[in-house]
Amino acid sequence: MTAGIDPVVPPVDAEAASAAEGSPTGAAGALDVSVGRVRREQLHQLIRSKAFIVGSVILLWWIVCAIFGPLFAPYNATAANIVSTQLAPAAAHWFGTNDVGEDVLSRVIVGARDILEIAPLATLLGTVLGTTIGLAQGYLRGAFDMLVGRIVDAALSLPIVIVAFLFVVAVGPSTLTLIVVIGFVFSLIIARTVRTAVLQERELDYLAAARLRDESVLHVMYIEILPNVLGPILVEFTVRLGYAIFTIATLSFLGFGVQLPTPDWGADIAINSNYLAAGYWWETLFPALAIASLIIAINLIGDSIEAVLVQ
Amino acid sequence: MLLYVLKRIGLALITLVLLSMIIFFAGQVLPGNAGRAILGPFASQQAVITLDHKLGVDRSLIVQYWSWATRILHGNLGTSYQQQAPVSSFIFPYIGRSLKLAAFAFVIVVPLSILGGIIAALNRGNVVDRVLSTTSLSLSTVPEFVSGVVLIVLFALGLKVLPVSANAPPGSSFLIQLKYLILPAIPLVFILFGYIARMARAGTVEALDSDYVRTATLKGLPRWVVIRRHVLRNSLLPTITVIATQTGYLIGGLVVVEKLFVYPGIGTLIITAATDKDFPTLEAGVLFIGIVYLAATLIADILYTVLNPRIRLGSAE
Repeated sequence: MTAGIDPVVPPVDAEAASAAEGSPTGAAGALDVSVGRVRREQLHQLIRSKAFIVGSVILLWWIVCAIFGPLFAPYNATAANIVSTQLAPAAAHWFGTNDVGEDVLSRVIVGARDILEIAPLATLLGTVLGTTIGLAQGYLRGAFDMLVGRIVDAALSLPIVIVAFLFVVAVGPSTLTLIVVIGFVFSLIIARTVRTAVLQERELDYLAAARLRDESVLHVMYIEILPNVLGPILVEFTVRLGYAIFTIATLSFLGFGVQLPTPDWGADIAINSNYLAAGYWWETLFPALAIASLIIAINLIGDSIEAVLVQ
Repeated sequence: MLLYVLKRIGLALITLVLLSMIIFFAGQVLPGNAGRAILGPFASQQAVITLDHKLGVDRSLIVQYWSWATRILHGNLGTSYQQQAPVSSFIFPYIGRSLKLAAFAFVIVVPLSILGGIIAALNRGNVVDRVLSTTSLSLSTVPEFVSGVVLIVLFALGLKVLPVSANAPPGSSFLIQLKYLILPAIPLVFILFGYIARMARAGTVEALDSDYVRTATLKGLPRWVVIRRHVLRNSLLPTITVIATQTGYLIGGLVVVEKLFVYPGIGTLIITAATDKDFPTLEAGVLFIGIVYLAATLIADILYTVLNPRIRLGSAE
């Protein structure tokens, strides 16, 4: 058995060393050069993908809105104007005005900010936490795995929006609450994916080698296994980012996300949909299209990353 | 087989207990001072302490959970802070209306998505497949209220063929009531269509690639007979699991759809309870959703076992 493992050890060490340096192409081992080439080819393939380009352009537009929105929005997004309420889309107000006379286009532009701040942070928290839990579950197995698995099942036995809703209501809505609650809930789902990926790695020789070298559990988890399961984690991150936006928009719509008067697509839809029956469709439709375009953009990006990685 | 089913039921019960703990924690512990929440910021500290004692929230967590859980097991869902009446006295009509909307969406989505998945699989790789797969996946990732708004603007305000509200005038016939439920049901259908169709597609593709289908084709059976007798029987098995799993999400999506369409179901009840910090009503509503979901998953597991001869006849897992 040892004879089978010995030849594997040197490249694994080289890879581990390069991972420790923080750069996959850092060390000059033969294996690392080929890994670098694969990565570069994947990147080229990604940039050539039409879905990736379309998604990136839309996402970039909303990021620009989130950062610089107030600078180029035609009006002040929170300036009420009682003489120009419920105006239909026209030259002066491309997307019309709402019930208090705010410019809908400006609110749509500026409304990108909160959701694009909360969603990536929540997803990042969920990914870091979920990766840790999943690595531990998959590598340690045993009672810990069982216990966490049950808790995950219980938490996921409710729709995510409802779990998040329950906790946000209990703690009170704020940006931090949203990030923490969504991050925690997502970490459970991400843990499940990471665990599955780790279970597939578990029986491979390089882990047997690491065990024989008597490496610490943390070393094995983060230095040996983690680099090899980064692909599924990256895919999971983009998928979750889409769902984070879904969840935050939904919570805002339900009145427990971003709070007024901060311009927010979900919250605006909740308020303005009361006027739908009266025929004032623009103040509801445009924020809705904004949410849809952002989510679809992220899905396009996620799908193209997955397509490249799976090959 | 019996052992397997019993094991599944046991696991579901454990999950239910954990779920109840999560709900208890979120509803009873996290909000902190219940007495203060009810009496408001201007009540005296003495009144808050008295009410806290009366509500029992000054006891240890384990004691509180135990009395909370046993009370619910006895069918006592608590007293609504807001309505000053037992939750069980008013919750059932809301549940009934939600189930009506959910059942309507379910009846539409199941045949439609299975058909969509099979069509996509039979056209694997060509334009029909790509259009079907991309559209359905995009639709399933857009929140229900977003697609709902687009639908209202298109069909209720633009074409004026369907009503904006979900509430039929009192005394309407069954068909008229259904007409009012079409628009609210479609966003729910959108969300589920993608998942179920994808599963049906994957199952069908797998069956199409199998040796027994090749054998059936080679022995000269007409394509339609091959599909009906050999492909579908095997391909729909995993789909059943997904359908049952998605039932839970269907109930969850109701919360959003009911708010948009101002439909008085369990979702509206939960949102109102949340806004009013009426935790007993909120807990009962969420617990109901959780139980529906768990039951659906359990039924899916058992159905899968019953329908799959490999599990039914072989050794239990």
